[in-house]
Amino acid sequence: MDSIIAENISKTYGTVKALKEVSLTVQKGELFGLIGADGAGKTTLFRILASLILPDAGKASVEGLDPVSDYRRLRCITGYMPGRFSLYGDLTVEENIRFYATVFGTTLEAGRVLIDDIYKQLEPFRNRAASRLSGGMKQKLALCCALIHSPSVLFLDEPTTGVDPVSRREFWLVLKHLRESGMTVMVSTPYMEEAGQCGRIAFIKEGSILYSETPGRIVESFGETLYAVSSDRMHTLLDDVRSFTGIKYCYSFGDSHHFVVDESFSGEKALAGYLAGIGYGNITVKKIQPTMEDCYMKLSLR
Amino acid sequence: MGSRVTFVKKEFFHILRDKRTMLILIIMPIVEIILFGFAISVEIQGINIAVVTSDMGETVRKIEEKIDANPYFKIAGTFYSQDEALKMMRVGKIDMILRFPSGLDRKILSSNHERKSVLSASPVRIIVDASNPNTAVTEQMYLKNVLMSCFSGEGAVAAYGITSGISFETSAVTPEETVRGTSAVASSGTASGMIGGTPAGTSGVASIGHEGNVVPDIRLMYNPGMQSSYNFVPGIMGMIMIIICAMMTSVSIVREKENGTMEVLLVSPVKPLTVIISKMIPYFVISSINLAVILLLAKFVLAVPLSGSLFWTCAISMVYIILSLALGMLISTLVKTQAAAMLSSAMLLLLPVIMLSGMIFPIESEPHFFQWISMTVPARWYISAMRKLMVEGQQLSAVLPELGILSGMAVLLISVALFNLKSRLE
Repeated sequence: MDSIIAENISKTYGTVKALKEVSLTVQKGELFGLIGADGAGKTTLFRILASLILPDAGKASVEGLDPVSDYRRLRCITGYMPGRFSLYGDLTVEENIRFYATVFGTTLEAGRVLIDDIYKQLEPFRNRAASRLSGGMKQKLALCCALIHSPSVLFLDEPTTGVDPVSRREFWLVLKHLRESGMTVMVSTPYMEEAGQCGRIAFIKEGSILYSETPGRIVESFGETLYAVSSDRMHTLLDDVRSFTGIKYCYSFGDSHHFVVDESFSGEKALAGYLAGIGYGNITVKKIQPTMEDCYMKLSLR
Repeated sequence: MGSRVTFVKKEFFHILRDKRTMLILIIMPIVEIILFGFAISVEIQGINIAVVTSDMGETVRKIEEKIDANPYFKIAGTFYSQDEALKMMRVGKIDMILRFPSGLDRKILSSNHERKSVLSASPVRIIVDASNPNTAVTEQMYLKNVLMSCFSGEGAVAAYGITSGISFETSAVTPEETVRGTSAVASSGTASGMIGGTPAGTSGVASIGHEGNVVPDIRLMYNPGMQSSYNFVPGIMGMIMIIICAMMTSVSIVREKENGTMEVLLVSPVKPLTVIISKMIPYFVISSINLAVILLLAKFVLAVPLSGSLFWTCAISMVYIILSLALGMLISTLVKTQAAAMLSSAMLLLLPVIMLSGMIFPIESEPHFFQWISMTVPARWYISAMRKLMVEGQQLSAVLPELGILSGMAVLLISVALFNLKSRLE
């Protein structure tokens, strides 16, 4: 059964088209990831689904409720955590949670079951002002506040941005735990490596959904031969690799460059020899398995 | 209901934990009331006066004593020649010179016998430093009143036997004029002649004129001591309340927008009305405390009589507070940043309130166009009501129009603010 449905949603800010006929569906109990760079339209889509802004065109439905006309009822059953830290910095941890509990018509004690794991970590700091928490703790507190009323759908807009790797891993564990409880979770992130944690993901770029699939199938369906190349001079290497015969496209990827080849490619040894011939040292060329980011690059370069 | 209580509690936490804002909220009204009520006063005190006389007689001595006993004046010295006194004025040591003609005692006695004889041949001359024309007029008026009382009071009649006739020659000089010497003084002095000709002196002039003249008997109603605090306190109340209330509420809502907490509040089932009411309550409480402090200061420090009904003074003030809070709400729905909220509250309110409320400048003397605009300034109605209640001690019936207008404005502002309040981000 579908929990979240978006049909041809468009949104324009002035001359900027933030969303162009976006359609997607999220099933009940799914952990759905929306992957895209900054400015791709993730936040706009979240806000439309959470009834915070109105779409210019298109229709949406969350748990059968229309965010445009049924927003009052919708707001009772959804949890939303904005991308920016949006709690009261001058209130303590406990005051924040209690405030949101009352706002959503419940109490900390009643909502505790769902957030118990996270709240245990926060409890030592319960009398500390929220503004004086660490980045990871702030996000956990925000999650607690978004979960206090046990929503059936949870929207998390970039919850792990600016959070250290350990806290990020913890955060994802919590999300998986939530999915097991049957909650629909829609989460956005700019980090490709986090995409693998989701049940299903959608790539979003410049306001359009590129592809929506399970992470495993996305990688499986890559269907190209992928190599990684590195040398002592990475800066000029990109253009030199691109000029070699049989290279479809090449892009920098951390400390190496990745490239995809077609049938006319004469093999990694030939490329290494060519690069050595034009003065590169320390050359390694090797065939690699595609990652989620390679899939994103492929989709976005298409 | 429970959510509203928590909401209000949360707002109080915000205010109480923000020490700086708290300080502004509490201290600003006190400072302004004291500043305007006390320091900024249109009364002039401590006027330094030099007496010039060639022969110190009984009359001059008595007059000097009388002047010195007056809280407004201080005798800075007695000189034999006018030039010496002018020198003092040039260096700014004295504000006024009072010159008596020679042989005053003898002339008064003889005039007593001759009845009709006046001292116009060598009149008492007042020379005022008129670099500030407003104070010069007031100083000259004060001194004339003192002299009048010397010559017309019952004691004076007994002591000097004066029943009629003394003339003053006043001359207002600026320091530059004094440099040019006595000729300038003399020329400007002759223009005045009898003090009946100067508008400032009208009060007591006629009473010492020749017999048969019309004698106006002047009574100052409501503020017999001409205390400027009587006038300023209601004005300051009108200004402080509206600015503090509007600024603080608008900033507090816009702060939620800026911090992103509004986004979270909006996705919650909380109704916008709850948000608005919960924001208004703490500021209403604080403003009511401010009101109490201001009224106490006005009564016990500035000695404003508060002669009308205290209940209605407070009730109308509270309507005004609610109106101001609603204005702040309205501003908050129109702007996006705290800085914009602060600026628009201050800019939008400060000038109209100061210029068009009758707080300092009388509305009646403004061009018709501005008089019309002033009708829309809530402070105008509030200040007018407060003057009637606090100073004049009038009944509720006298301020009913003001109360009606203020209530109407409050309802209108709340409705517009609610209408403008959005249940979404844009």
